[in-house]
Amino acid sequence: MKKTTLTNLTVGEKATVVSVNGKNAITKRLMEMGVVPGVSVRVIKSAPFGDPLEIRVRGYHLAMRKSEADAIVVQSSKFKVQSSESEAKS
Amino acid sequence: MISDSTITAETRRTADKKTYKKSAIRNPQSAITVALAGNPNAGKTTLFNALTGMRQKVANYPGVTVERKEGFWRFSGNQNAARIIDLPGLYSLDATSLDEQIARDVLTGRLKNVPQPDAIIAVVDATNLERNLYLVTQLLEYKIPVVIALTMIDVAEKQNLLIDTKKLSELLQIPVVEVKATQKKGIDELAEKVLQAARNKTPKQNGWLSADDSAEVLNESFIHLSLQDNAEINKKIFARYNFISDVYQESVKPKQTYETSLSEKIDRVLTHKFFGLVILIAILLLVFQTIFSWANLPMDLLEQGFGALGDFVRTSMPEGILTDLLVDGVIAGVGGVLVFLPQILLLFFFLSILEDTGYMSRAAFLLDRLMRGVGLHGKAFLPLLSSFACAIPGIMATRTIESPKDRIATIMIAPFMSCSARLPVYTLMIATFFAGQTIFGFVSLGAVLILAMYALGIFVAVVVGWILKRTLLKAPPPPFVMELPPYRMPNFKAVFLNVFQRAGMFVKRAGTVILAISIILWALMYFPRNAEVSSLKSQASSENQFLENRGDETAIENSNSENLESEDLGVEIKKESEQLKNSYAGKLGHFIEPVIQPLGFDWKIGVALIASFAAREVLVSTLSIIYNVGKDENEESETLMQAVRDAKKDDGTRAWTPLTALTLMVFFVLAIQCMSTVAVVRRETNSWT
Repeated sequence: MKKTTLTNLTVGEKATVVSVNGKNAITKRLMEMGVVPGVSVRVIKSAPFGDPLEIRVRGYHLAMRKSEADAIVVQSSKFKVQSSESEAKS
Repeated sequence: MISDSTITAETRRTADKKTYKKSAIRNPQSAITVALAGNPNAGKTTLFNALTGMRQKVANYPGVTVERKEGFWRFSGNQNAARIIDLPGLYSLDATSLDEQIARDVLTGRLKNVPQPDAIIAVVDATNLERNLYLVTQLLEYKIPVVIALTMIDVAEKQNLLIDTKKLSELLQIPVVEVKATQKKGIDELAEKVLQAARNKTPKQNGWLSADDSAEVLNESFIHLSLQDNAEINKKIFARYNFISDVYQESVKPKQTYETSLSEKIDRVLTHKFFGLVILIAILLLVFQTIFSWANLPMDLLEQGFGALGDFVRTSMPEGILTDLLVDGVIAGVGGVLVFLPQILLLFFFLSILEDTGYMSRAAFLLDRLMRGVGLHGKAFLPLLSSFACAIPGIMATRTIESPKDRIATIMIAPFMSCSARLPVYTLMIATFFAGQTIFGFVSLGAVLILAMYALGIFVAVVVGWILKRTLLKAPPPPFVMELPPYRMPNFKAVFLNVFQRAGMFVKRAGTVILAISIILWALMYFPRNAEVSSLKSQASSENQFLENRGDETAIENSNSENLESEDLGVEIKKESEQLKNSYAGKLGHFIEPVIQPLGFDWKIGVALIASFAAREVLVSTLSIIYNVGKDENEESETLMQAVRDAKKDDGTRAWTPLTALTLMVFFVLAIQCMSTVAVVRRETNSWT
């Protein structure tokens, strides 16, 4: 049950989104792009200067800055126990 | 509005088909209106081109820079027609961006001259079903009949994604048609379904609205919900994706294992930490090289062509104001507009290919960290680089930047990049005052100065950008949540269509302004006429003509005529100079002298500055005229340099010092005194501010 943010995942690591924090347009855009609680994501790579990040979600590739990835709380799949949907809905 | 179009639909069915067909084409109002919506990269443009062929027009929505694309779609053997409104590429309809705002206004029928659509074609990429369906759930909330055009089915199959189209249609309770636009497959079925949906206008239930009991209630208020109510919005987004997940699981047999796609393999190289940057620099250099130097050949040809046309008109028409207007005002003005076309065509050719292949988002991905230091988006890089050749195509290229504030910031700093038209001015100044000088004995001072001018432009751009982003264009750091679409082969037909639409827009929108200002500038320098000067001039030129016609018959005659010619030319040059000094432009030069005096410029330089508003390099030829050396001298002419060195102010002191030259160069770096740039900035931002 290890919770962390997307930024802390290593390249190639898979995780499940627990929540998307923040109250701004970026949070909304992230969710609209399909990064909602319960979905699984995989970190593909980071850009030459370490930022932005590229992730794979819902079968496509999405780039985002680390500052944005920081708002995404994930549960690393290695430690995943159950789907976090109920938790996210509350 | 809805009832109106229903009535038209009714009448149309009973009306004589032949008359309808004609009236539908003559009068767009009587045809059904269909909105084309879809995610970026879903194949929307390809479908739009396939449906409308060349019958499309591109403009802007009033007051904003969102592109408005419309076309006519004739189907069922030309018996029916639909007006197709191609909405901008969208991920969502919640109006965070201007594109989304406009799309919402179109769907709710709130825009002038755009009827509320009778039906929506939702273009859905089969390889990216979940995220594409998100937009569909939003479209369904508008209660306009939706028909899904499912694209990239073959690609999905190759990826082992098997989509049960029938099941999908059942679950969503709307028609789903598989299309392959490039081969015109599925178009007829799409036509049939769209027509059916548009005629069957009763507000229908659909899978999404009936799945969520609260959707009905939420929907009404949700469309008008502002960004404030975050919790509600997030709940709604979550509900939509939950619904989509259910639909997806029932209608798609997903691939069992995760395989690395070809796109990802390409990306291992193209966005590699080291090779990715090397390849990016190579591509940028190629683009820059093309617009900076290769475009010169067609540009020179255009200039020569218009020069020859001008000469031809001058010789074949009687001397007079009309001829002068035609040659020096209109023909030179049109030439001045068209001379930009090679650069614009080439740059947009590259831009379209980079966008279509999916490389543009990779470039932004690679450069974002760097550009963020300046407060700009990664996509601002290419427009800024292009501006070193010319700000016109550069500013037009900022259209790829989605955020309006980022875009305006980029547009505002693009003119600080030292464009190629400034080079002749730098060259003249350096050759006149700093030629042969070196620093440390071996570094050419001229080279250092040119480099310094470029660096100064970049430095000021960074500072201005920094200030703008913190004041006028203050906004939260632009979100960089950007899709990296799979690599695709560009569709060359679409690329060329896009390139020519851009070129057409430039000629129509900026070109007219540039032409008008050219004529005004010409008039400023041409009037008031000095009767004596003009008659003398015509006499002189007819003599020249006469001598030229006699040509090089014999050597003796030739040398005679050369003497005569140069004498006459001398007279003519003097008269030209007098004319300019006495013109309104000359008076304006005197008028602005107090303002430019602190910079060390006298009124003659003022006149040259006014003239250089037409194009920066015109400064050189105007100085030539005003210093009596004739307008045909160029920036490497020793005569002109000597004239500049010898020039005296009215009070007898030297007009130019090395400091004046430096000041002028810096002035050219900083001042946005290029009417074409101003015209394009105005057109691209839709305002003067």
